[in-house]
Amino acid sequence: MLAAEAQLKALMLSALAGDAAAYRALLAALGELLRRYYARRLRDAASAEDLVQETLIAVHTRRATYDTALPFTPWLYAVARYKLLDHLRRGRVRATVALDDAVDLFAEDESEAALARRDLDRLLETLPAATREAIRQVKIEGLTTGEAAERSGRSEIAVRVGIHRGLKALGDKLREGRSREDR
Amino acid sequence: MKTDELIDRLAGELAPVSRVAVPRTLALGLGAGAAVSFVAMWLWLGIRPDLASAADTSAFWMKFFYTLTLGCFAFWAVERLARPGAGSRVQMTLLAIPVVVLLVLALVQIDGVSRTARMHLMMGASANVCPWRIAILSLPVFAGTFWALGKFGPTRLVVAGAMAGLLAGAFGAWIYAFHCDESAAPFVVIWYTLGIAAIGALGGLLGRALLRW
Repeated sequence: MLAAEAQLKALMLSALAGDAAAYRALLAALGELLRRYYARRLRDAASAEDLVQETLIAVHTRRATYDTALPFTPWLYAVARYKLLDHLRRGRVRATVALDDAVDLFAEDESEAALARRDLDRLLETLPAATREAIRQVKIEGLTTGEAAERSGRSEIAVRVGIHRGLKALGDKLREGRSREDR
Repeated sequence: MKTDELIDRLAGELAPVSRVAVPRTLALGLGAGAAVSFVAMWLWLGIRPDLASAADTSAFWMKFFYTLTLGCFAFWAVERLARPGAGSRVQMTLLAIPVVVLLVLALVQIDGVSRTARMHLMMGASANVCPWRIAILSLPVFAGTFWALGKFGPTRLVVAGAMAGLLAGAFGAWIYAFHCDESAAPFVVIWYTLGIAAIGALGGLLGRALLRW
């Protein structure tokens, strides 16, 4: 994701300066990202594609609101999430959001979560490397378990089980920490 | 339309964007609204005749800086809220500083004075009109800030609307202070703040309807 972030941000900066070729490449890449984002959250493929287009238009008309001092992807996903929630609020479709996706559907702005992310990183450090990577890819970067399995060269089942165990271990650690604070 | 065609069209429309576009447009809306408000205040209520001598008193500058610092912090908060994914908690928290400072000043002023004097410090001579006038004078600024914010991408519409309302209220009150001849901190912290907060509430109520994109 870091490579993608750097690449997308560089394209966005060129686009803001008026580089049409960079802008075209950026929009094409965003189209892919957004298609995956909405496909995972909406049952109806046609309205997912509508949202992709609507979000691309929003990216275009609101591009001045991107603060170049901040990372690009949180901005993009904040726009995407706004468009998704706006779409759901209009009530034209029923959402098909898996329970574990709902967590990031209603998550806080990513930039405000910087502190939380640091704590999360510290917690993740306590897990075995393979589990940590799997959780990072699936729960934080938003890859499917299939994609994560492909990247790590393990089976999808192994990735799923690893994530499940890892999350459980994190939960135990959190509870431990909290009861220590209560004392 | 196919998404590829859309991308072609959008890329064809690309124009360079200034990095200060957000604060600049916001300042433009705010400035235009404030200019209208100022003229309205002048024609409707008039600038206080003793402005020159009032400018030598700390009471005048208390009102001036109370409203101005509120306005500046609210401007900063709105500038963040206009951007998807940008944090605004710090800026919104800063808004409490001028209120707390003036509240302390007001408590010092009413400490140990008689009941009648305390009443006078709180009610002045214009408590019944002050918040209303501030609210009315804020409306042009309200229109200006909402016009600007509507061009951007607020994702929390109620919060963004409320902050834009506070911004308008603070500058409406700043303009009203050129007419108002009240000089007690308790009066200002109650009635000015009430007028500003009312416009903030209005902004929150209208946020979802006016700021959707």
